[in-house]
This record gives sequence, C-alpha cells and structure tokens, in this order.
Amino acid sequence: MQTIRIDGVTRVEGHGRITIQLDDNGKVQDAHLHVLQFRGFEKFCEGRPFYEMPALTARICGICPISHSLASAKACDAIMTIRIPETAEMLRRIVHLAQIIQSHALSFFYLSSPDLLMGWDASPAERNIFGIAAKHPEVALDGIRLRKWGQEVIELLGGKRIHTSWIVPGGVAAPLTAEKRDEILRRIPEALAIARRTIGLFRNMMEKLSDEVAAFGNFPTMFMALGRKDGNLCLYGSRRRHEGWLRFADADGTIVADNIHPNDYQQYIGEGVDSGSFMKAPYYKPLGFPAGIYRVGPAARLNIARQCGTPLADAALHDFRMLYGVVSLSSFHNHYARLIETLYAIERMQQILEQPDILDTDVRAEARANESEGVGIVEAPRGTLIHHYKVDSDGMIAGVNLIVATAHNTLAMNRGLLQVADKYLSGHTANEGILNRMEGLIRSFDPCLSCATHASGRMALEIEVVDARGFVITRIVREDSSEPAELTVPHRE
Amino acid sequence: MKKARIATLWLDGCSGCHMSLLDLDERLLELADRMELVYSPLVDAAEFPEDVDVTLVEGAIASDEDEKKITLARARTRLLIALGDCAVTGNVPAMRNNIPLGVLLGRSYIDLATANPGVPESEVPRLNPHVIPLHELVPVDIFVPGCPPSPALIDSLLSEVLAGRTPDIATVCHFGN
Ligand code: SF4
Repeated sequence: MQTIRIDGVTRVEGHGRITIQLDDNGKVQDAHLHVLQFRGFEKFCEGRPFYEMPALTARICGICPISHSLASAKACDAIMTIRIPETAEMLRRIVHLAQIIQSHALSFFYLSSPDLLMGWDASPAERNIFGIAAKHPEVALDGIRLRKWGQEVIELLGGKRIHTSWIVPGGVAAPLTAEKRDEILRRIPEALAIARRTIGLFRNMMEKLSDEVAAFGNFPTMFMALGRKDGNLCLYGSRRRHEGWLRFADADGTIVADNIHPNDYQQYIGEGVDSGSFMKAPYYKPLGFPAGIYRVGPAARLNIARQCGTPLADAALHDFRMLYGVVSLSSFHNHYARLIETLYAIERMQQILEQPDILDTDVRAEARANESEGVGIVEAPRGTLIHHYKVDSDGMIAGVNLIVATAHNTLAMNRGLLQVADKYLSGHTANEGILNRMEGLIRSFDPCLSCATHASGRMALEIEVVDARGFVITRIVREDSSEPAELTVPHRE
Repeated sequence: MKKARIATLWLDGCSGCHMSLLDLDERLLELADRMELVYSPLVDAAEFPEDVDVTLVEGAIASDEDEKKITLARARTRLLIALGDCAVTGNVPAMRNNIPLGVLLGRSYIDLATANPGVPESEVPRLNPHVIPLHELVPVDIFVPGCPPSPALIDSLLSEVLAGRTPDIATVCHFGN
C-alpha cells in the first residue's frame, strides 16, 4: 500500500492536501482531501453581542465576506423577529449578486482559466493569471475587469470592497443614492458583454474537454439549494415572501424534500467528522453517513432550478441543457454553471436597480433580541451557507453553528478525487500534469477552504509516497521550472 | 532591469488581505513588468524559494506549520512585510486565545457533530494554544495595518518598495481600515 500526497493544493482558496492510496499493483484504492487549518469561530463568538456577528463572521472569508454577513444578518433578523424593509432586501440582493460576480470571476479567470486555456500539462511557472495575461491578454483583461466591477459595486454600496460593515441586522446601514445607482447601471453593458463573450469562449472549448466532463466528479448524487416557489434560481431568498427554504433533488432532478424551513435544517443535514481533515462532512440525514452524499454550488443550483428567470441567462441555460441534459451530473460543469450564473447576476442586478423604490431611505428596522435562536441561509457563490445562533436574554451569543458551502461538497470532492485518480493514475506514472488534474477536480468545485474550516492557509505542491506503516518512501516537490517535471512514483519494494 | 522577486504567504487569515492585493486589478499587470511573483497562493510554486526580495504575509501564526512557513520565509526574504491586522496584531484569529484548545475543538468536532464525532488528528497540523502576530516569532521590517489594508495602500507600498525605498506606513494609514 502506498500513499501519494499532494501537499498544498494550489490555486484554490485555502490550505489543503490531497492523499491518494495505491495498492501494491499501483491501482488507486482511495483518495482524500484534507483541510488543514482551524479557527474556532463556533466557540469564540460566544459572549459577543449578536449584532456584531455580520461584521465578525465576515472575517471567516475575504472572498465571500458578503455571504457570511448576509447569512449572519438573516439569522439576526430572525432573532429580532422582524421583516426588514423591502428596499433593504433589494439592496442586500444587489450586493449579494455583485459578490457572486466577483467570486465567480476569481474562480474562472484567476484560478481555473490557466488549466482550461493552457492545458493541464502547461509549465507550472506559467499556469497563473500572469501567464494568461501574456498568452491571452484579452481574456485576462476581461477577467480582471469583471471581478473589479463586482468589487466596485460592493464598494459603492458598502463603502469598502472587503469586509464592509454596511450589512447590519435589520437591513443595511445606508440607502442607495441616485448617483451610485446610475453609476452601476452605466457599467452593466460592459459586464454583460464580458459574460457573454466568456460563455462563447468556454462553449467552444467544451468539445475538447469531454474527458474532464466524463471524469471530474461525474456520478449520481443528491443536490441541495435554496428554492423559490416559481422554481427559478434562488440565491438570497426572502423572509418577506417566505421563499428561500431548502430543497433537495435526487440525481434525476426529482425533488425529494422541499420547503424545509431554515429552522429545521438539522432534521435533514447531519455533520460527520473526518478524522484526517478540519473540514466536516455534512450528509443528508435521512440516508445517514456517508450514504447521504449530496452536492451544492452552481451546477447543483442549476440542476434544481427550473430556469434562471432572466432572458440571456435562460437562453444560455437552455443551450447548456441541449448539450448536457437537464440534470448534469459532472462537477466539471460547475465552470459552465458559474458563467451562466454570472450572466444571470448581471441581468438580475439591472432589474432590481430599475425598481422605482430602490432609492427609498427606509432601509433598516430596529429591534432587540426577541427570540432566543435564529437561522440564516443564503446561497453563497460556492453553495448553501448556514448560520445558526443562540442568544441569551441580553442578546449575547450563547451558541453558534456554521455550515459553509464548501463543506457540503466534502463527500463529493473525495469521491471525485477517487474518480480522477482512478482514470489518470491507475497503472500510470504520476507526473505533474496528472497531479494538476487532481487539483483541477478540486478547483471545479471552487472550494473555499478558508471558509471550510473557518480557517485558511498556504499552497504548494509536494507529493509523498508513504508505505503502509506511514514511512516516507519518496518525496517529490513540484519544481518552479519552465519544464513540467516528470515525476515517478516508484512501487514499494 | 532585473525584476524584483516577490512572494506572498498566507498564514492564519481569511484571505481578505490577498483579495485586497488582487483588488489592484489592472495595476497588477503593470507592476508585473517590474516584479515577479515567485511564490503565492495564486501561482503554482511548490516550495518557498531562495533569494526573495519582498514577502507580504497575511495572517497570524496559529500552528506548527505556520511557524515553519514563516521561519523559512524570513530566512529567505530581505524585506518581510506584515500585511493586515492579523499579521500585525493577531486580530480575529487571536480571539480564540483565552479558550483552551480542547474546548475549542470539542465544540466543532464533538458537540456539533452528528456522525463520527472526534477531534481530527491524522494529516492535520498541530494547533498552538495561542495565536500570535508575526513579530513575536520573527523580525518584521514593515507593519501594514488594516482589515484588510486598502488596495491603494498596498499599491503605494509596492511602488515604494519596487523603487528601492522603505515606505513610512504610519503616515498613511491606521488600524481597522
Ligand atoms: S487582517 Fe482582516 S482581511 Fe486580512 S486576513 Fe485578517 S481578517 Fe482577513
């Protein structure tokens, strides 16, 4: 028995390690993603006033702080037992969409496009956004501008791109001005053009990516996302309209559990512990652990939604479904789904900004803690994000449970790794390109390991071959050279 | 002209400081003419290289692995910059410092688990009981506060450093910004 270790998965948001177990014939037995840091938000938030939580939990993640602030604010709204003003809800939606755009742009352009445009076996030294800027400058610029625009919308609304304190329990801290609205609207055509161009670019590449579609996490599982009554894509949900409750579909797309109120999430979602990782492994409770595997995120959301609900995104989704069916089982399709959602987010933002009462100045409701418990759920860029708080009679936090988007995919990422490893590694010599495909599988989920452990980390690649007793037989470090290094994984003597 | 060799290191932080660096947007490509990113979460380098001119460090020191990384980075870097409140003061990660590790881990992996409860032990690093800022373990050349520091501040910092000057951060920023 041997273990291959990919230590420090690169170009993902956080600190992870991959291990692959081979038997004596070099056949892959098991594969595993380990998440390596832990920060303890679920404990150290205790004793803080509940209204600090949106700003404090934003610090779980610098990529999707808006999602944490929003899930947190929704949990606080529930504790205050209020419905926030309609305009506040619209403004929260806009900032949420802006974040989906910037985060999806980060994932597609900065983290994954090097593999997709230059190939898995391209030189590691070039496989990054600077390499893309050198070889495909128009793509790099599109990516930079799209992400920048999303961040600028966040800044226009919240005063700051990262860790704004504008999202507060009861609504938002300040209304939108006409100048800012017009500034955002003025830039929408450019953003739409980039999103459409990128979908065209990616669609043309898909023919060459059929191996990836087939092997990167392609298997039946359940899917989970927030649901709307009309079946359209749901990213934020609405307490006002009693929408945005949890929905589970099976691998055929049949809804198997629906209208699960946030307060009842623990009846359906259990949390398993993996002794080799700081990331927990949630599962669908009725099926038990680990049989209750399900996936969340862009592809899962589109599998669950009847359609997006905006014209251009619906046309793109239709086109995608003509190619791959209504339910797509491959996690590689997260890339495509991310681009369709980006298009949707831009269109939807425009629709909301054009509402007459978007400039209304009533954007915050005040109340004390009236309920001892509250749950807030949003669809973060990477999937369903759950914040659950308990407070004492003074409104001080007495208990916290967080289930972040990436964690829901733990079981699926491990199974996906096994699939990729089995296809590319069994009976082959491990080389740099194969290892990069393993990381590519992980990148297709766009995991935020920073969120996943309410922690974060560094990246580098190192493989260790370890014998059954845990002794290191060989250690291989990916060189920062212009040529991809040929790496050999020797069999155990 | 030889390009400056720049590294970025991510310890116990939220990635917000790295995102703020990315928020330099197109400016990053301009800077790329004068610098080379030799090690960072954004590139595929494996090991922290030798002979680095400037390292920007996000996050505090929270585990034995963090200690190893920062020690190696310090030894191989001329100018080490603590980027952001976590690296400078410990900030949010240090909020766990008054809670015993067993209690902290027990909450997440035993109390809040419904299958397989138990604190993860294999493959994961050993957490330190206390999270500390960088300067408590290694000498730091420049402290840049902010949560995160603004892109404009990082831009002026990098521009100064690439021009061979040591910027006086105290004149341009304050904590928590
Ligand atoms: S200083 Fe703030 S933005 Fe930077 S890593 Fe720490 S919490 Fe995140």
